[in-house]
Amino acid sequence: MYDMRLTERVLDTETDKPKITAKGVQVYYGDTHAIKDVNVDIADKTVTAFIGPSGCGKSTFLRCLNRMNDTISIARVEGDIRIDGEDIYDKRVDPVQLRAKVGMVFQKPNPFPKSIYDNVAYGPRIHGLSRNKSDLDEIVENALRRAALWDEAKDRLSQPGTGLSGGQQQRLCIARAVATAPEILLMDEPCSALDPIATAQVEELIDELRQSYSVVIVTHSMQQAARVSQKTAFFHLGHLVEYGETGKIFTSPEDPRTESYISGRIG
Amino acid sequence: MTDATANTAPAGAGQGSLLIKDSRTAKRNGAEGRFKMYGLIAVCIGIAMLILLLTSILTSGLSAFWQTTIQIEVTLPEEKLDKSGVRDPEVMAKVTTFGYAPLLRDGLEATIAANGIETELSAKDAAELISDESVAQLRNRVLRNPDLIGQTVSVEVMASGRIDGFYKGRVTYASAERDTNISPAQLQLAEALEDKGLLNTSFNWLFLTAPDASDTRPEAAGLGVAILGSLYMMLIVLVLALPIGVAASVYLEEFAPQNRWTDLVEVNISNLAAVPSIVFGILGLAIFINFAGLPQSAPIVGGLVLTLMTLPTIIIATRAALKSVPPSIRDAALGLGASRMQSVFHHVLPLAMPGILTGTILGLAQALGETAPLLLIGMVAFVREYPEAPWEGGLFDPATALPVQVFNWTQRSDPAFVERASGAIIVLLVFLLLMNLTAIFLRRRFERRW
Ligand SMILES: Nc1ncnc2c1ncn2[C@@H]1O[C@H](COP(=O)(O)OP(=O)(O)OP(=O)(O)O)[C@@H](O)[C@H]1O
Ligand SMILES: [Mg+2]
Repeated sequence: MYDMRLTERVLDTETDKPKITAKGVQVYYGDTHAIKDVNVDIADKTVTAFIGPSGCGKSTFLRCLNRMNDTISIARVEGDIRIDGEDIYDKRVDPVQLRAKVGMVFQKPNPFPKSIYDNVAYGPRIHGLSRNKSDLDEIVENALRRAALWDEAKDRLSQPGTGLSGGQQQRLCIARAVATAPEILLMDEPCSALDPIATAQVEELIDELRQSYSVVIVTHSMQQAARVSQKTAFFHLGHLVEYGETGKIFTSPEDPRTESYISGRIG
Repeated sequence: MTDATANTAPAGAGQGSLLIKDSRTAKRNGAEGRFKMYGLIAVCIGIAMLILLLTSILTSGLSAFWQTTIQIEVTLPEEKLDKSGVRDPEVMAKVTTFGYAPLLRDGLEATIAANGIETELSAKDAAELISDESVAQLRNRVLRNPDLIGQTVSVEVMASGRIDGFYKGRVTYASAERDTNISPAQLQLAEALEDKGLLNTSFNWLFLTAPDASDTRPEAAGLGVAILGSLYMMLIVLVLALPIGVAASVYLEEFAPQNRWTDLVEVNISNLAAVPSIVFGILGLAIFINFAGLPQSAPIVGGLVLTLMTLPTIIIATRAALKSVPPSIRDAALGLGASRMQSVFHHVLPLAMPGILTGTILGLAQALGETAPLLLIGMVAFVREYPEAPWEGGLFDPATALPVQVFNWTQRSDPAFVERASGAIIVLLVFLLLMNLTAIFLRRRFERRW
């Protein structure tokens, strides 16, 4: 059954121009060379999964795409990364504007110590996405629904977001990112703290987001990568070892390292 | 020792009955018990010292809040106080305290006679029971309310320092024998007045409101000018040090690049916090008074000096508070497309607020108790005039400060000033306590979990 879905998706992604293109990306943390010459094209309206053993640089590469590495003083990014053909490391690009366009859900849930409502409403507020209170209410409700948190949170919108369970916090962070209506959504292990039911809901959301956005998701679960993504990139020790159609990566990988990773021998 | 362990703990550590403590467990528990004991002893020593300090200050200082007064009937004759009869305060002001002194003396004599008290003292000697300050008080009262002239009014006058001391245990009949300022006969008269209910002890508001008084009138010395001066200086410190300190820390912590230059600034701020306060006093004297030409003894100079002194404390506390905000909060805001400034003002600063406020108040408390730099800029002067309100240029009027007043009073010879100084320390401690309570309250108020 999933094979059928897969072929369907591969067809419609192939027609699109890449949303993000990365060429010769190198990232250094001081003397540590964390990303080594990565070239990748990420299509629009597609879910791309990054997989690989812990410490291989998935998060680091993800953070290059919305310039969050700028906030780490020792991090240095080289190479060429373009979104819609525009170099995001160009001097004229304001990273703040870029991040409004490229949303991010972090590996560790990090809700603001404010109410659930204010957490979700923060992005729309600073970007002026709502004209009035009822507009904002709608955005908040919509975002919470999409993140599968509405039923649990609707009666406690004014309570602190930090009072939620770990999995609920992660969904709150997803709702918060979705509420700003980015064009690209970067998700760093969004389901690592979720139970199977919430995971299924988030995966449903990712699938839905694919209709309008480009989604990049880092995951340690092969099954999840196989379920939600159309393209998969396998990272190993800072190298992009293999990148291609998800179905192909999981059924007939070309590189022996990919094969041993997905069959559980490394990582 | 090693043998014992070898004997009791053979093979693995997890073997043997759980109901029997092995020797390692016993040793560990013993060490823990001893450590708790040491801690408890340390805490007890600290508390004992504190109690000792407080009792010594309270026993010698609490009495400053009580004042012995004498109730007398005073006639205010028109021909002496306002010959013209027009009740023009400007004309009446020509009659100095010398004009009023005989009135009190006569009043006391009449009161003594009216109550049938026998005394061999002359009217002049009897009048020594009354504080010199009372004359000025009576004069002020009449000038404020000219209608009193021509009447006989009942006034509550302050007893002199020695009589006050008699009721506070400082003066005894034995000490009065040797004292040129008081005689046993005068003490007897005081007791006779007390029997008739004319000599009372009441709460001494003047101690908190009156200005300082000269060496010979300890009973009239008050903290009014010192409290005002201290308040003005705290105001200046708060208004200057809080915004400057917070702005500097936010810049250093959130915006400044990490390089050798900022490291240098950081090291220097820490060093500044350790500079002896008297150095700031010298700096203030050189810069604010000698160079900028600001007046001596003025709260503005004191406030500026204390601001310099408090800034490092506030900066260090604020930076620590900012550092304690988890970086993930900043990432969250930046990741949503908030600017650096939005992330700081919307999320980081509110979370750092309890720490910033606590640091600021502790800095203020430190400034409130600071003496040395104020001595150098002349705040130890004898000031009888209240400074004007701050918006009327009062910050430039001469004033003193609470700790300086304490210092000043301990320098004086009359033992009554020891009581005053201790009383002033109590006032200072109460202010510090209030400030710390505010700090705790604000911290509770702003504290949020994450
Ligand atoms: N802030 C940092 N400073 C220094 N080195 C870092 C920093 N962040 C990551 N690294 C290093 O870069 C490499 C890649 O880290 P990264 O977080 O991208 O791994 P990852 O693939 O996301 O791992 P995981 O699956 O465990 O999250 C690691 O070797 C890590 O030690
Ligand atoms: Mg990671």
